[in-house]
Amino acid sequence: MLTIKQISKTFNPGTINEKKVLSNFSLHLEPCEFVTIIGSNGAGKSTLFNAISGSFLTDAGSIILDKQDITFLAQHKRSKYIGHLYQDPNKGTAPNMTILENLALAAGNGGWLSHISKEDKIKFINVLSQLNLGLEHRLNQSVGLLSGGQRQALALLMATYNPPKLLLLDEHTAALDPQTAKQVLDLTDKIVKKNNITTLMITHNMQDALSLGTRTIMMDNGNMILDVKGEERNKLTVDDLIFQFKLKSGQNLSNDRILLTK
Amino acid sequence: MSVILTLTQTAMELGLICALCVLALFLSYSMLNVCDLSTDGCFTLGAVVGASVAISGHPFLAIPASMFAGMCSGLVTAFLQTKIGIDSLLSGIIVNTGLYSINIAIMNGSSLLNMNKTTTIFTIFKEAFPFLSKYATLVISLFFVAIVILFLIIFLSTRLGLAIRATGDNHDMVKSSSINPMFTTIIGLCIANMFTGLSGCLLAQSQKFVDINIGQGMVTVALASLLIGRTLISKGSIGKKALGVVLGSIIFRLVYTIALRFNMPAFMLKLVSAIIVILAIGIPNIKKQWPIFIRKYKYNRGKTC
Repeated sequence: MLTIKQISKTFNPGTINEKKVLSNFSLHLEPCEFVTIIGSNGAGKSTLFNAISGSFLTDAGSIILDKQDITFLAQHKRSKYIGHLYQDPNKGTAPNMTILENLALAAGNGGWLSHISKEDKIKFINVLSQLNLGLEHRLNQSVGLLSGGQRQALALLMATYNPPKLLLLDEHTAALDPQTAKQVLDLTDKIVKKNNITTLMITHNMQDALSLGTRTIMMDNGNMILDVKGEERNKLTVDDLIFQFKLKSGQNLSNDRILLTK
Repeated sequence: MSVILTLTQTAMELGLICALCVLALFLSYSMLNVCDLSTDGCFTLGAVVGASVAISGHPFLAIPASMFAGMCSGLVTAFLQTKIGIDSLLSGIIVNTGLYSINIAIMNGSSLLNMNKTTTIFTIFKEAFPFLSKYATLVISLFFVAIVILFLIIFLSTRLGLAIRATGDNHDMVKSSSINPMFTTIIGLCIANMFTGLSGCLLAQSQKFVDINIGQGMVTVALASLLIGRTLISKGSIGKKALGVVLGSIIFRLVYTIALRFNMPAFMLKLVSAIIVILAIGIPNIKKQWPIFIRKYKYNRGKTC
């Protein structure tokens, strides 16, 4: 589904702030694969996501999504096929617009001059009621009034309203309290499974990294240092992951944000 | 009594005509979150184009012509900030400067146009409805304001309108959804400047006189009206907010008229509008800091005692 061939990205080339974030990074995803990504700060995880979603163009290499070469495709054109969720719940929704208007934007059906139809509204209510957050009764309220968790759930719904070919989840539950984080994560799992969306998810929760999805990769210094799936992954424990990291990168997991929940 | 009535009417007429310009800023400043500083030049452009076309004998054609001229000006401003990468404030200023020359060129090198003997939509209206002749300006400007508000209500709830509002509300979100923020910015600014041009055209035709400084400071006056309107009606539907904005424009002119009655010289208008903008934007900020300021004062006094 997604083939990344040897992409590289250097920020601020030629200055003292030069930083090589990705170097010859390659990754291939089969359709419907759900990959969790872990790694310490500055490993290049978010940069990888931004390269895929097109917020900058890569210095070298190519990105192919479902047989289409998107290496030089503009961001707004890629986003037709790629859903992107960020850690900050405020990034995925427009706060001064109502829930209905936000959903209508995400649905994006009809011409530029079309209005929200009654059928659309019924559809939105149906989709919202899946969340069990009571949002279906608050269609005409501004999104800014919702809590962080509700906003992130809505953003998730919007990003997957028209199931994308690829879903990028950049620590999308990290800013939420544990209870809400679990709800949003369960919802993510449900939506991804239901629509068979190929998904990449960055997480700092090692347990989530192993229990969710079908494949786990570990990144360090812009390289992939571990790639496990299937039987091998099922047997893996959080301790194994930490040990593997030490072994492959030659250092301790120096990241206070990584959650070592077992 | 009749003096007060006449003054109120003049204030309302001017308020309604300028309300079109305020509605333009309502779209670009409140919705799209772009402070369009080309408003002054664009307003003059609308007035100059409208006057020239009316003088050549086509008072009705003057309206679409000035709107089209305004739209072109908006297109240039939008092009500079989206495709060329010039900062949005700067591109407004640049267009504003350029328009000065263009406006004088349209007036054939002169800096003012007299329309005393020209047929305008207002004189036509007065001839057609003699019994309403006293209220010609009021009726016509009200008509245009109503149409523009209606247009905004309908347009801003279409998919394109929602996209424009989202561009101003959360630029990041629009970028990562499949909407091109450049496209929405261009459309938004074109439409907003269309209204600014219309506003200029109506003012020119109603006062039968245009000079190159007709639009000077318009952006501050319009912003002041917009902010007054926003204080009046801060919540509610687009239509309600738009009405509030029109009300703001009328109130601004009323206050100004009253100030003139108290012998304030006419040239003080710009200073008054500047101060209103400062207060409207500044007061909420000062209000926020006030408790801390008081606490600091008390704290320091307690320490010295």
